[in-house]
Formats: sequence, C-alpha cells, structure tokens
Amino acid sequence: MTVTQAIDRVVTQAVECVDLSYQFGAQLAVDHVNLSIAPGEMYGLLGPNGAGKTTTIRMITTLLKPGTGSVRVFGLDAAARPMLVRRAIGYVPQALSADANLTGVENVELFARLFDVPRRERRQRVTDALDAMGLTEAAGRLAGTYSGGMIRRLELAQSLISAPRLLVLDEPTVGLDPIARGVVWEYIAMLRADHQMTVLMTTHYMDEADAYCDRISLMHRGRIRITGTPAELRAGLGDEATLDDVFRHYTGDTLDKAPEEGGIRDVRRARRTARRLG
Amino acid sequence: MTYAAPGAPPAGLAELPDGPVAASGRLLNRIGTLCWVEMRKIRHDRTELYTRAIQPALWLLIYGEVFTRVHAIPTPEGIPYLAYLAPGIMAQSALFIAIFYGIQIIWERDAGVLTKLMVTPTPRSALITGKAFASSVRSLVQGVVVVIIAILLGVTFTDNPLKLIAAAIVLALGSAFFSCLSMSIAGVVVARDRLMGIGQAITMPLFFSSSALYPAAIMPGWLQVISKVNPLSYEVEALRGLLIGTATTLWLDVTVLVGATIAAITCAALLLPPSAAFPPNKVMRS
Repeated sequence: MTVTQAIDRVVTQAVECVDLSYQFGAQLAVDHVNLSIAPGEMYGLLGPNGAGKTTTIRMITTLLKPGTGSVRVFGLDAAARPMLVRRAIGYVPQALSADANLTGVENVELFARLFDVPRRERRQRVTDALDAMGLTEAAGRLAGTYSGGMIRRLELAQSLISAPRLLVLDEPTVGLDPIARGVVWEYIAMLRADHQMTVLMTTHYMDEADAYCDRISLMHRGRIRITGTPAELRAGLGDEATLDDVFRHYTGDTLDKAPEEGGIRDVRRARRTARRLG
Repeated sequence: MTYAAPGAPPAGLAELPDGPVAASGRLLNRIGTLCWVEMRKIRHDRTELYTRAIQPALWLLIYGEVFTRVHAIPTPEGIPYLAYLAPGIMAQSALFIAIFYGIQIIWERDAGVLTKLMVTPTPRSALITGKAFASSVRSLVQGVVVVIIAILLGVTFTDNPLKLIAAAIVLALGSAFFSCLSMSIAGVVVARDRLMGIGQAITMPLFFSSSALYPAAIMPGWLQVISKVNPLSYEVEALRGLLIGTATTLWLDVTVLVGATIAAITCAALLLPPSAAFPPNKVMRS
C-alpha cells in the first residue's frame, strides 16, 4: 500500500481505531484494539459483559480520551476535535435514557437545538422524526409514560434528528420484549436504508448480530479475538455452527460465570430505569 | 465515495463557522437551550414549587414572630426583626433548593441522559449553567413567596422596580452558586445518598455562619471570620440592602457573588467527567 492509498483508506473509513488501549487502574479494559468500519456498514461489536465494548464505544464517541492509540471518525481525530466528531455521531446509550420529565416532542426538540437544526426547519423535522418512529400519537405525552420499546424508538428519533453519519447503538434491544426488539430492528434497518448511515452496535443477542450485521468483531478481555462477516465466522467452526458456538469458542466459559463486572450492575440498572420510568 | 483531503471534516460539517466568536455564540445558544429544557420540566411538574413554600412560611410565621416579640436580636437602625429576617429567609430557602441540585446531575448520569447530552456538541459548562439557571428560577419563585408572606405580616419592602430587579438577580446568583457547589460535590462523590448526607451536613453551618438570622456583629470572633468567607452572607447583605434599605457595600456583595458563581460553574464543569471517565463497574456505586 502506498502512502497516498493509506491516507485515503484512513480518511474514507467511517471509524478507524489504531492500537487503541484504555486502562482502569490495574485492569486493561481495552487492549490494543484495531478496527475499521467502512461507510454504510452495519458493524457489530460482540462479547461478554466486561469485554471492553462499552469502553471502546466511549472512546469512539469522545466520552473518554484514548489511553493510547487513536480513534478517527470520518478522518477526524476524536481526541483532538471532539466537538466536530460529535456532530457526525448519533448515540443511543445502553440505559433507556430519554428524559422522563419531558414530552416526546420536547425530548427530540432538545436534540434538534443542540445540533443546531435551523429554527425554521426544526418543528417539521421534529414531527417527521417522531412520525418515522411511529410516535406521532404519543408525541405530546411525557416520556415517563412510555413503554421500553417506545423509549428506544424515541431515542432513535433523537439521534436521527441531526442526520448523523454514524449511529452508535450500545445494546439497543437489551431489556425489550421480543416484539419490541423486532420493531426496533425494523426501524433501524429502515433508517439505514433511507440515510445510508454507518451503524456501530453492541449486542448480547447472537441472533440479532447474525441477522443484521454486515461484519462482526468478537471482543473478550479487552481484545478483539476475531473479525468477519457472520457467515465467515460460522464457517470457520464447521457447517453446523451457529454464532452462539462462535461466541463460546472465542470467549471460553465466561458466559456461564457471569463476571462481577457486568451481571449485578445490569440488573441494578434495569431496576433503576424501571423505577425512574414509573 | 468522494475522497476528502486528509483531516478534513466530513461533508456538512465544513461550513460550520469556527473561531472564538462563533464558539461563544454557540455556548450562549447551548445555555439558552438547556435553560429552555429546564423551564419545560418545571412547567410539567409544579408540585415541588408549592411544597417548597411551606418551610419559609414557617420560618417567618413562627420563628420570625416569636423573635420579634422577645426583641432578642439587635437589628441595625432599629428596623423590625421580621423585616430584617425576611431577606435572610429568602436566601436560606434558595440555599436549601440549590444545595441538593447535584442530585439531579447524579440522577441524570445514572439514567444515561447526561451521557447522551455529553455526546452532543455541547460544552460541559453549558450543561452546568442550564441546571444552575433552573435552580435560580425555583429560588425566584421562593423569593416571591417570601415577599408575599412578609408583606402579609406587615413588612414593607422597597417599591423601586430597579432595586427589586437587582434583588432578583442577587437571589438568582446566590442560587446558581450553591447549585454549582452541589454539582461539584456530586462530581466527586458520584452517589445520591452521599450527596444527601453532605448536603445535610453543610446547609446548616452555611446558614448559621451567615448573617441570615442575626447580624455578624453579635457573632463570636471566630464565627465572624467564617461569616466573612461565606457567600451566603454577601447574598443576604445585598438582598437586605436592596429590599429594606440597610447599609451595605453592594458592589462588594455583587462582585463576590459573580466571582464565586463563575468559579463554581467552572469547577462543576471540570468535575463532571466522572459520568464517563470511570469504568462502568465503578460508576454504579449507589
């Protein structure tokens, strides 16, 4: 690869992490991660609780400065130009995070304002976003009265109001019932088709990763163990293998151990969310 | 796919104006937005505004009436004790609202709301200022309640509209300062129950070491020193000077309040990172 080609490659990648590490005390949460996501790609970051997925996402979304290594989003250095990188990103965190004390419209309008959507377009775009997510009727109600699936759709409406080029979803369907999960995925697929967005997501559900991701990286103890299309990963383990088998193969038995980093915290968080949303 | 020059911002971002003027314009815009959002929240739930009015009413009705009767506290220029007390209670009820404002930051952090806001192009100081503004608005409502009760009890305040506006600004500044103090503590302790404890532990010392209930002149020497560094004293003195016309150095009071508020906003904004900087398993301590 020539230097020019190398530069072109870096710039044209939606996300490019080079030698990315992050240390929390003695624990190396992210251990020399290299990953690149092509524009328009739906990319899944999978792994057990505590694998380092969320920390990686926090560095990509400028919430954490990389310990070592670098993150580029559409060629922009996330550590050097965080405000510009944030403009390109729509982010839906793991917890159900719509503001329960605001209505659906207000939740979306807040993000329209924070992303400088011009005043004359604002109302229309807010209405369109809520409409696209099937929330027109509930738009005037406080988000505290929404179901889990509705909140996730509201969050998608919030994150798409700025027409992001990169949508980052941290476990978008965790805590949702199977029907709500299906609906959320339909909407994500629709958004992707309409806006040619790049999507980076984490999930625990192998069936979802298999069905929706173009490429997957399996992460374990801070490292990326393998990257490929779902078909490639399955084929690597033989004809009958499922993505669950791939997951077990690369992460060992940690799934059964329920590491202390994740299990309790997730339960607590889910309870807290339930309380908050009444 | 068109190839952009290395390091160039993605299409659609390039036209954003850069530079200090554009940046400060955007900061003001963000502060405005976050103030708007806090106003919406207050409008959706006004019960707190009403229940909060009970405490200052009790201070004026019971404590104020009793101490007016016993003439125990020497007031400057011989003004009635209730008139002397009213601005103090105004500042006190603003303090009580503001000092627990950090809980909101922790609450929003735990709920993921704050994290999501921090991934928008919004400076942290704007997030803090929005909350401080909300605390000021609530305090102003309290201030109006105190004024009404005091008038009913026979206190006369200034009728100079400029002085009333100045008093409102002083009250808002005081509340903004104490809410930022609370949010700074929230950034350090990162747990609601601990913040509750610390809030409880510092409100009374702040209150009693200020000149809210009695003039600094009758305090023991060591307490006078504390009173001098307590921003609540400056807030109370400014309110008293403006509302009932006691002698005070207004420019000093306002300078202290403005300086303290700016310092506290900066401090709270710098301490905000724990929402993201801690590992997930350490963040969830509450």
